[in-house]
Amino acid sequence: MSLNWTETTHDIAGLKLHMARAGQGSPVLVLHHDTGTPDRLPFYDSLAANYDVLIPHHPGWGKSQRPEWMRSPRDIAALYAWLLADLGLSAVSLIGLGFGGWIAGEMASQAPTAYRKLVVVAPMGIKPPEGDIADQAIVSYIDYPRSGFHTQDAFQAIYGDVSTDQLEAWDIAREMSFRTAWKPYMCNQTLPHLLGGVRAPALVIWGDDDRIVPISAAEAWAAALPHAKTETIAACGHFAEMEKPAETAALCTAFIA
Amino acid sequence: MHMMYFTEQPMAAYDSQAGLDYGATALTFSNKHFDPNEGSRLYNEYLEEYVLAEECGVDGIMLNEHHNAPFCMQARTNMFAAILAAATKRVKIVILGNPLPLTENPVQLAEELAMIDMISKGRLVSGFVRGGGQEQLANGVNPAYNRERFMEAHDLVQKTWTVPGPFRWEGTHYQQRVVNPWAIPMQKPYPRVWIPGVLSKETIIWTAQQRYPYIALNTSIEATKAIRETYNQAARDVGYEAGSENFGYLIRVHVQDTEEKALQNARQFMWMQGEFTGLANPVWANPAGYFSPSGRRAFVEFSVGRTTNPRGRMTFEEQVASTMIIAGTPDQVIERLKYLVQHTRPGIMAVWANDGCVSKEDRRRCIQLLCGEVMPAVKAYATSLGLKDPWEANAPVHLRYSTDIPTAKVAAE
Repeated sequence: MSLNWTETTHDIAGLKLHMARAGQGSPVLVLHHDTGTPDRLPFYDSLAANYDVLIPHHPGWGKSQRPEWMRSPRDIAALYAWLLADLGLSAVSLIGLGFGGWIAGEMASQAPTAYRKLVVVAPMGIKPPEGDIADQAIVSYIDYPRSGFHTQDAFQAIYGDVSTDQLEAWDIAREMSFRTAWKPYMCNQTLPHLLGGVRAPALVIWGDDDRIVPISAAEAWAAALPHAKTETIAACGHFAEMEKPAETAALCTAFIA
Repeated sequence: MHMMYFTEQPMAAYDSQAGLDYGATALTFSNKHFDPNEGSRLYNEYLEEYVLAEECGVDGIMLNEHHNAPFCMQARTNMFAAILAAATKRVKIVILGNPLPLTENPVQLAEELAMIDMISKGRLVSGFVRGGGQEQLANGVNPAYNRERFMEAHDLVQKTWTVPGPFRWEGTHYQQRVVNPWAIPMQKPYPRVWIPGVLSKETIIWTAQQRYPYIALNTSIEATKAIRETYNQAARDVGYEAGSENFGYLIRVHVQDTEEKALQNARQFMWMQGEFTGLANPVWANPAGYFSPSGRRAFVEFSVGRTTNPRGRMTFEEQVASTMIIAGTPDQVIERLKYLVQHTRPGIMAVWANDGCVSKEDRRRCIQLLCGEVMPAVKAYATSLGLKDPWEANAPVHLRYSTDIPTAKVAAE
């Protein structure tokens, strides 16, 4: 089946927000990493074979306009709730990848009955009980995403020799990460206390070799969410959807069905 | 011309091989290599040398601070400024500067500076800086809001010094509900503020808009001329003509009785492998959001090793040849400094005279020759060129106190 990805711009909170969309069926909002996202990924195509998939660029990342006022992923969550309202969508499922998982958690905590299913893949947002979330500020633009892959072949397959455009995009993404998640770094101390109201069934997925968000945080997420189960992907880093697209898509698709 | 003595206060007594082995001498280079016994010795020697500089006739002592690195031992510039306020009698105490974005409480900073001003009996020059990228990371301060915090903290300090309290400050980065510190500066309207910098155009323009002197930190003669052009234009845009009193220049100089010894010691200016702030990952010096977006593309390429440092990296010999380092006997140094003064025409000159592992004896001899012989000759030459410092020119402390701009005068009232 050939997919027809469309790209649109939406006026939300005075900003131009970029969104890619493809597929049919139950709506699924995919929220990307702190490093932004490539426009197309096999993982996205797999989801779109079964669902109506919406992939916005976070405000300030990629092709979306920067909000000078934005201070936290909770602000981004409110902005996406606004986007879904404008699109007239309800019973949306959320798939949050890394930093996007934190945003998904914020969205669900603010509207406990609004979402159909919640999938978080190695989410930031909760302080890991053991270990710390890797500090991207002290490593190079290339070393940070590299550390999110179990094998360097997987990194190479996605990013190749890394273009200057990509380096620039990573610098902008990093700046937005700092603007929204500097202190406490990449987590919200109140979030674990607020996830208990979420009615949607939740799936917590983690790569077994995540060097960016320690896998100990999986337990914290499973404990905070009342209807959660956890899956681990073997030989996989932080960027599970890029390193193990088939496995990650299969888990998501089966869970959302 | 105002001439002052400066040293980074190097923690010279660390194992430099350990830094080379680790590949960095900043931010994450472990402080297990710091020896507090040597630190105690060096702090006290540096204090004694500042007092010696005063005895030998220097106009001012320039102080700064850095963090997490051996190249500078001063972690809180106000601490040495406070000590010197009591330990010296005549010299200006020139802080270049307090890194404003690092503070969470600009009111207390204003209070500390007021105390230094009073204890020194009105000898404080209170410079402010954004602080390098590594300073933000070492202190857990968000680099993406660095410039916003700098501007807002400056405005809060300025208001704290000039407007009777209590008042309330509800800003973007700072909120203080009862601003009313009892320590306020002795100098009126407030102590002179000088702004040092290297290359950021935004800072040069902002400095000109305040009518604060801009101190170029060891930039090349050509770059210094470009800085002055940017400053001059921004000054004209707000209604005044900049003069020598608006410009300062920091230059590395080492003087000894023989040229051979001077050159040998001057090589210590390269002790951090030629990098002022030590060996470091480029993303420490320029964390995302810290730098001007106009430089983003060039920086990301440099940061991953695809291009050379856009700021260049010259050898010792190249720096001596281009007058970025001056070393020699007093006569030789005077001649080179005159050449530099002729081409950069500053009203303020900071002399960074000792760095790295120069011996105590040689540091003291350098200070004696520099302050006793070189500076008087250079100051006389500057006078012959009509180069005045802010006091000689009776320059306003801030644009708003200008008497030559009718609108500024109205604004101050």
